Order: sequence, then structure tokens, then C-alpha cells
Amino acid sequence: MTRLNSNARHAVRFTLNGKPVEAEAEPRMLLSDFLRHQLGATGTHVGCEHGVCGACTVIVDGMLTRSCLTLAAQVDGCEIRTVEGLAPSADRLGVLQQAFRRNHALQCGFCTAGILMSLDHYLGENPAPTEAGIRDLLSGHLCRCTGYTPIIQAALEAAAQLASPTKETSDA
Amino acid sequence: MVQAAVKPASSVDQSGDRPWVGRSIERVEDAALLSGRGRFIDDLGVQPGTLHATILRSPHAHADVLSIDTEAARRLPGVAAVLTGRDVKAVTTSLVVGVKAPVECWPIAMDRVRYVGEPVAVIVATDRARAEDAAELINVEYRPRGAVVDPLGALASGAPVLHDGFPGNLASDRAFRYGDPEKAFAEAPHRFSIDIKYPRNSCTPIETYGVIASHDAGEDAFEVLANFQGPFSIHTVIARALKVPGNRLRLRTPPDSGGSFGVKQGVFPYIVLIAAAARVAGKPVKWIEDRLEHLTASVSATNRATTLSAAVAADGKILAFDWDQVEDCGAHLRAPEPATLYRMHGNLTGAYDIRHVKIRNRVVVTNKTPTGLNRGFGGPQVYFALERLVQRIAIGLGLDPLVVIKRNLIDAGAFPYRTATGALLDSGNYQEAIVRAVEQGRLAELKSRRDAARAEGRLYGIGFTAVVEPSVSNMGYITTVLTAAERRKAGPKNGAQATATVGLDPVGSVTVHVASVPQGQGHRTVLSQVVADVFGLQPGDIRVNTEIDTAKDAWSIASGNYASRFAAAVAGTAKLAAERVAGRLARIAAGQLNVEAGDIVFAKGFVASKHNPENRIAFSRVAALSHWSPGSLPDDAGQTIRETVFWTPPELTPPDEDDRINSSLCHGFIFDFCGVEIDRVTLETRIDRYVTMHDCGTILHPGMVNGQIRGGFAQALGAALYEEYAYADDGSFLTGTLADYLLPTTTEVPEPEIFHMETPSPFTPLGAKGVGEGNCMSTPVCLANAVADALGVADITLPLVPARLAEFVRGAEPPPPAGGVTAAPMREGDRRLRGEGQAAVKGVPEQVWAMLLDPATLQSVIPGCQRVDKVTDTHFRADVTLGIGPVTGRYRADVELFDLDPPHAVTLRGGATGALGFGSAEGRITLAPDGQGGTTLTYSYDAAIGGKVASIGGRLLDGATRVIIGQFFTALARKAGGGGTTGSGFSLFAVLAKLSSLFGGRR
Repeated sequence: MTRLNSNARHAVRFTLNGKPVEAEAEPRMLLSDFLRHQLGATGTHVGCEHGVCGACTVIVDGMLTRSCLTLAAQVDGCEIRTVEGLAPSADRLGVLQQAFRRNHALQCGFCTAGILMSLDHYLGENPAPTEAGIRDLLSGHLCRCTGYTPIIQAALEAAAQLASPTKETSDA
Repeated sequence: MVQAAVKPASSVDQSGDRPWVGRSIERVEDAALLSGRGRFIDDLGVQPGTLHATILRSPHAHADVLSIDTEAARRLPGVAAVLTGRDVKAVTTSLVVGVKAPVECWPIAMDRVRYVGEPVAVIVATDRARAEDAAELINVEYRPRGAVVDPLGALASGAPVLHDGFPGNLASDRAFRYGDPEKAFAEAPHRFSIDIKYPRNSCTPIETYGVIASHDAGEDAFEVLANFQGPFSIHTVIARALKVPGNRLRLRTPPDSGGSFGVKQGVFPYIVLIAAAARVAGKPVKWIEDRLEHLTASVSATNRATTLSAAVAADGKILAFDWDQVEDCGAHLRAPEPATLYRMHGNLTGAYDIRHVKIRNRVVVTNKTPTGLNRGFGGPQVYFALERLVQRIAIGLGLDPLVVIKRNLIDAGAFPYRTATGALLDSGNYQEAIVRAVEQGRLAELKSRRDAARAEGRLYGIGFTAVVEPSVSNMGYITTVLTAAERRKAGPKNGAQATATVGLDPVGSVTVHVASVPQGQGHRTVLSQVVADVFGLQPGDIRVNTEIDTAKDAWSIASGNYASRFAAAVAGTAKLAAERVAGRLARIAAGQLNVEAGDIVFAKGFVASKHNPENRIAFSRVAALSHWSPGSLPDDAGQTIRETVFWTPPELTPPDEDDRINSSLCHGFIFDFCGVEIDRVTLETRIDRYVTMHDCGTILHPGMVNGQIRGGFAQALGAALYEEYAYADDGSFLTGTLADYLLPTTTEVPEPEIFHMETPSPFTPLGAKGVGEGNCMSTPVCLANAVADALGVADITLPLVPARLAEFVRGAEPPPPAGGVTAAPMREGDRRLRGEGQAAVKGVPEQVWAMLLDPATLQSVIPGCQRVDKVTDTHFRADVTLGIGPVTGRYRADVELFDLDPPHAVTLRGGATGALGFGSAEGRITLAPDGQGGTTLTYSYDAAIGGKVASIGGRLLDGATRVIIGQFFTALARKAGGGGTTGSGFSLFAVLAKLSSLFGGRR
């Protein structure tokens, strides 16, 4: 196992939303801070820094991960997906994102990135989810604005739309 | 867990000829927020060279600061400045205090700390991590004082006094009398009374505070970017504290803010602190609050002790109220407090027609975090007492609670209705709203469910609440805390200036600016609807900016995002500004189209003649004329480039000579009822159905109104069932993580059944009233009434956690069995850690004994130990760094050995202190040969901890303690050449050093 010098910065390289990235980090730097401040990927937010609120959730090598409980150095060589990678293009939203907008499933939008990542991951593995299943999944996320129901509704709608092959799936 | 019946999607209303106002169009804000392109304060770049601040905070609730040694911190590479109270005092002046008293209010401790989390030093460095490293090197010497956390306890004789200028901890004591309450009470056949202790809680936005400040020494001017929410009356407080005129404090807000719910008003002391740090450091300074800081020391709603009595007729008619409210504002009375207490002053009779009212309002200070704005602001505290009492009256008279509510409602024909205490209720039909809610919410069927459940022996109850929801605060209501004579001296304060600017650019496109500082409510979308309707355009044609810059924008003291003022005041003002521009455009177009101005209509992107729609001109062409050809405008038209409207409602007058105050402009009505079931085994409260009927006047965007209701409901559910900012009796804060301060999640929040009725307000341009805070006022007491009904109990205290309900259902918990470890004396309220265990260590007892008394060995086996000094043979001092969860810090431990019986047994007693907490512990270790050349070490310990680390909560703390002890024995065994441990306990010496106060090793 590599031992890192706690007083030095070390190069960290990984794939972020399909593109290679690289920057330096002290061994104690969190992945959340690394994404936001070293790479400028500020879509991932930090709400509690102790793994409860879920705002910082990203996908590391296909696994949902709290980036505030992960050190940047731990993900060297990994594939990471964040909210910036969800839309098909800069001027279009994906199916799940559109469903959120349609259902008023966000207000301040601060917790939204983490919720979107959890749902994107879950819907990929559960194409016909139940309301109970989604509520259980999202119990690891805190939202103070919406009262949650519109989020559940958006997720169910998006799942239905994704399961129907004929629909137009993205829009500005 | 309660599950919502999720309904089919709301279809989005994007087309048609109807007005845009009133439709649930998609929000213009959402595309960026959903794509990771939001612009929250910590997402924005800063000037190169910007420094980063961290704040060292008090672990004590009440203590004198004897000394602060910052030398080692200042010497750390990368540290630019360390500010203590003295340094801050050199460049600022005290914050203003909301009552007349010889009391100062600083954003950092001067010579005394008065709550856990109070800033003691600000450390500025090249990055946050380095600043935190430096903070650990600061040694603060405290001399603890007695602390008081209960508002009634603070008033008791002999209670510790926080401020000499508030004798007996009493900051304000005012009595009011309206009508003839004494006569009403004397003549009434019944008198009912209730004592309430409303807890502390907070709406805790997911984004914490953030401030970026710089100082221009040449002009002595500050520039601040902060996710402050208003009211901008606070701008004057900040400027005064920084000793500059208002025009030298440029305060800006970022484009996005991650929720506020009132809470981000409380960032202002930190604006002063960080601006002072920027001035001292000579460079821009940025500070982002962390979650532990936020929960511990940002701001919270007030807790309040209330006694409310009612004089009641035999039929349930309430004849008079007698309020006695004791408001707990925490350690300092920070602006705008004691506003929480007076915000509801005009509404202390709720939705009821009660003409005789007596009030005593006291404001006290305690050793807790200072309070401030929080969604509901005074409403939850008032309505909890009022609506609990209404239920008590019904039970006492043998009436249905709904009958008592209906008997007392203000008559539908009485609006506008002046309450006894001075509010002018603008409009409503409360009777009709209740009829509709009872029918649409199927109350009869809910009662059948209750009957059926009870027949099966289940605990099921129904609760009711009727609430008037005030919105658009009168900036003068807070002066009700002053006497009429004091007000005459100070000059009148009243009104609620709203501002809106509508501009037309050289291609005729429309820009709107308001000073509403949204925190997620979608103001930009609603304003685009309002202005699009005036100009006959599409919402997408209107670009709205809601950022505020006090150096450039139109603003006033009432600007900001509070008191649910957007829909009623700000959106209406934008309409007035657009109409003013449209009036001039109509005159210009009339000339060009050769018609009367009265014949002009704005529709579908054109300005046209009503009578002959073919006679028209493109809106953009008329709109651009003022730029390109001002000479061709009619002489009396004036410019159409930009129009700013200031609007304040004339109804918002100052308090009168008799202390009557119209505290708010608008008054919506809410009627809630719910059915709850309490599990007999777990005592979990499950919401079976929650019905909430709202009349918030004209609805501008149904989707957003329902969003406000759902959001407020979820926060109120948390306040009712889970959330409390809990303090130990010594003032230690006990809920410093989101694993201890429990917010409701998807599995706890059901979908309320929401119904609407629209009675437009005659006092606002759009007929709209506020809607954002109502459920925070109605829902906690509605749930409490239902739980009281289910359990048949009279006294209910929030939050309704199962442990509390267990006392109602099963009686008080018996005391623990006698015996066990004898504890060292400790202060009541401290967290206790107790345990015992065994470890097997290679080597005979003599060897192990020697190791345990050897500083070098101890240093190498104690987790996180920096150094151990031997003061005498039986007295050690150690420096240890430990962390648990988000709390990491350095501690200095002092340990003495007693009852030495070498090599068989020793007692250790000691204490530890550090920036994050303090503790004391006692432990006994015995060593015995195991018969195989090794030693069996048996230990027991009893420790008490307090301060910041106590806020971590038992679950984390106990687990971390086990980890530490395991680490200690593993290391000891390794040092001795093998062995292992059994049991979970504490380390012996570790008892002292670390354990005495602590938590998990971090290295």
C-alpha cells in the first residue's frame, strides 16, 4: 500500500464524467473539496461533512459514494460521475432532470445534485421502481425545501418514461 | 413509516391565452440547478490571494476568558492573522441591542464566553486546513462560571447573571392591556389555563453560512458577498459595527442560496467578524461555516415559556385572554430580537373574535446560542399555546374542539377586522374555509376511522387547528417593545418598503430587478409571469435578476426575503413598475397608431388598438424608442428606459399610544386537521391523514404555493416529532450533528392533503398574501392536539419523541439499579462514559506496571498522543489529539495516581481540557498474573465530558471510545510483545489523557 507524505501534495488522477482529470491534493483533502475547488466541479455540494445529508453523493466506479467521507487520494484511477455529467448536452436536460423541473421537485437546489445521482444510479438498476423503494433509497438524503413528495413523483415519472422506448427523451 | 399516496404528475401549464399569473409554469431557475451550474456562494471564484478563515469557539457555556495564547498559531506557516476579541474591538464597535439597556453585543467573546460555540478567535490563513491547524495550537484558559439554560430558571433569584446590564437576566418586561380583561375574567363562568414550554429548533438550511469580505484601506470601505437573506435593516447594524457610513459597506448576495427559512439573517455577526479579519489581514477573507458550527452556533428559533389563561362562557365563547410569555433569546439580544416575541403581537387572538386581552411579555437571556429569524417566527410559539388551550376548553366543557373553534371565529362579514391588539385582518371567510376543509378532507370518515381504531384498542387521535398567518411585516412592530414615551423619543418606525425596477434595453427586451433575495422560492419565475402579463409577452421574454448589490440597486430596510413578503409586496411592486412603464409606452404607441391611449392593449408581443387589433406595432419597437429616438416621444411621455417603484402599504402604521400595532399587512387563514396513530409498542407517531386548508388570497403560481406548504409542513413535522436543539443543564450543546438533530426524511414525511380557497387581499396589488410560514405555525400544535386526543393527556411537550410519549403511556422510567462503579463527582448534565473490561498483556505484572508509569511508553501507545511529561512520579501531563466524527481537537490532560499498590493496582484521576471540550475521569486498574507468564489487566472507568464534544451525541461517542480503548490496548500489547484485549472499555492511563474527555484517535 502506498504511503503518502502528509506534508506533501500528491497528484490524483481519475476519470470525471468520461474525461481524464488530474490535480494535486494533500492526503487529507476530501474528494468533495477536490472536486469543487481543485477541479471546479462545483455542482456537487457539501451540506454536513459527516455523511448524513447526502448532498455530496457521487458515483465512484459504479458505487454511490459520499464524497465528503472519501479522501481524494482514495479515488486515484477511478471512474467518477457527478451531476455535471447527467445532461445529454449543455442546453438540454436528461429525462430525470426534466421530470424534476416538471414536478417542482427542487426549490433551492442545494441538495439536488446528490439526490439526482442516487436516483440515476438506482433507476439504472431498477427500471420499474416502487414508491416505497424510492422512498427507502432517498431516506439517505435530506431536503429542507420540498417535503420530498415531488421528488418521489419525479423519480416515478422518469422511470416510466425511461421504460417507454418511443418517447422523446430530452429537451432544452 | 408513513407513506404518501403520490398523485399523478401535475401537468405543466405552458400555453393558452389566459394570464400567466396563476399558472404552474416550469421554473426558469431549474435548468442550471439540475445541471450542477448553480452559483451558490462557495461555487463562485474569489480574487487571487484571498485568505480563508476558521473560528475557534468556546467549549464552555459560561466562563471568564483568562488568557488566550496565540503565539504558536501565529508562527505556523501560512497563517496571516489571528484575531481575538481585543483585535476585533480595535476595529469595530458593539452591535446594536434591540432594547434600551447598558449592554454590549459583540460577534466574538471579549472577556467572557456566554454560550457553547461563541467565537473566541478568528484564524486567517492561506487555506482552511491550515487555519484549522493553527486553531488547534491556540491555548485558551477559562474559568468556568455557573450556567443557566432554562428561561424560567434564568429569572430565579440566585441564577447566574449573564450581563450586568440585564439584572436578573431580564432584558425586557412589558405589560399590555386591551379592553377590560379583569372584568371579563371576574364575570366569566369558566377559566382555563395552560403552561407551555416550547422547545428550541431551527429550519437548518442544507447550505451553511458563507461570507467573503474585503476592505479598501484607502477609502475605508468594505465589500462583502454573503448569503445573507435580509432584512436589510441589518445593513445599518453591520455598517455601524464596522464604523463606516452605509455607503462604505457594499453588501452583495450570490445568485443562488441553498435555503434559508429565516436562518441566514443570522449570518450578520459573521459578516462583521470576517470583514474585521479582512481589514486586519489586509486581504480578502473567505469563510464557509461547517455543519457543526451551524447547528451549535448559527442561530435558532426562540424557546418560550408561556402561561395562557382564558375567560370562557358556558357555550365555549372565549371572552378574554391573559398571556404571560417568557421569551428566551439566548446569550445575546441580537438584532432584530426580541422581534420573535412581537411579530405576532397584533395576532395574539388568532382567528378569533376576542376583545379583552392582557399580556405580560418578558425577554430573558440564557447561556445558549443567540436567536434570530426562523420560518414561522413567533407563530409556532403563540399558536401552540393558543390552540392547545382551545382543545383544553373543549374537553373541559364537554364540547367538540371544532365547535369551540367555530364559536369563536371572526365573522365573515367583519373584514377588514381590527383585532383587540391592533392588527387589521384584511380579508377572509373562515367559516367557509372550515366547511370546505371538513367536506373535502372527509372529516366524518376520519372520525369513523378513529372510532374503529379505538374499538380495536389502538391509540388513535384527531387534532384541529385554526390559524391566522400574518405576512409582510410592519417594520415598526418591534418598537412595541418600547413604551409609548420611549417611542416618541426615538421617532416613528413603520411601513415595509418594497422596490422593483423594470428596464427596457435598446432592442426592447425587458429586465426586472427586485431586492427580494430568494433562497429557492422561484421569485424569478413568478416575476416573469407578472411582468409578461402587463406587457403581453411570454415569461421567457422577461429576464429577472434577484441578486442584490447595495451599492447599485434600489433597496430599503424592508428589502430581503422574510415575513413571507414576496407574493404580497414584491411581486405586486413589480407589477406596479411594469404598469408605469406600460402606461408611457401606451401613450407613445397611441401617437404612432393614431388612437387614444385608452384604446391601447398589450398582447402577444404587440401594442395594438383594442378596437382594431390589426392596427398594431411590435412591442420591442415601441420599447426601444426611448433609446434610439427620444426626440420622437410625446412631450409628456418621459423616458421608458427604466422605472423603479417603491411601494409601502399605508395600513402599516406605527404602534399607537395604547400599544395597538398592525404588525403585518396580510393575514391568510389556515385550518388543519389530522388523524394520528401511536404505536403501542414503539410509541412512534404515525400520521394517518393530514388535511390543510389555505386561504392565501390570490395564488400566483399553484405549484410553488403547494411547494411552500409541503416544505413548511415537513419542517413543522420535524419540529413536532423529532427536532430539538438540546442543551445539558451545564449549557453543553447536545445535538451538534445531523445524526443527533434529526431531520425528517422521505420515510417520515407523508403527503398532506392540501386545499385552497382564494379571498384576495384588498391591500396588495395582486391580491396575494404570504403562504410560506403557515404550516410551521399550525402543524406542530395540530399534531400535538391529535396526540393528546390519542393518549388522553393534558400536557404535551414537543418534540413528541417516543421516549417522551413513554412517560405518558407507561409512567416515568425507574431509576437505574444501585451498584456499579463509583463515579467521580461530576456536574449534572455532563455526558457520562462508563465501562470496564479486561486485557491480556504479555509480560509479568511488574513489567506491565513499569510500562504504564513510563512516559515514553505511554506516549507511544496512547492514540493521538503528542507528548507525555512526568511532573512527579505520580503526576503526568499529556498532549493528545483526538477526533470523533466532525470534532477533532487537541487536549491537555492532567492525571494523578492514587492508591498505588505496585504492581497490583492503581487509581487514576484526572481531567482534560481543549478547544473542543473538557472532561474528568476516574479509573481503577488491577494487574494479576495469568499463570502463563503474562498479565491480566482489569480496568473500570467513569468519565464525564462537556463542551463541544458533548454535542456529538452518545452513539458516536460510545463507539469511538471503544475504538480508542482498543487502539490503546493493541498498542500496549504490541509494545509488550503480543497479547490482546477483551471487553470494551477504556484505557487506563488513557483514561486520563484522552479518555477523560474524549473520543476517537485520528492518527
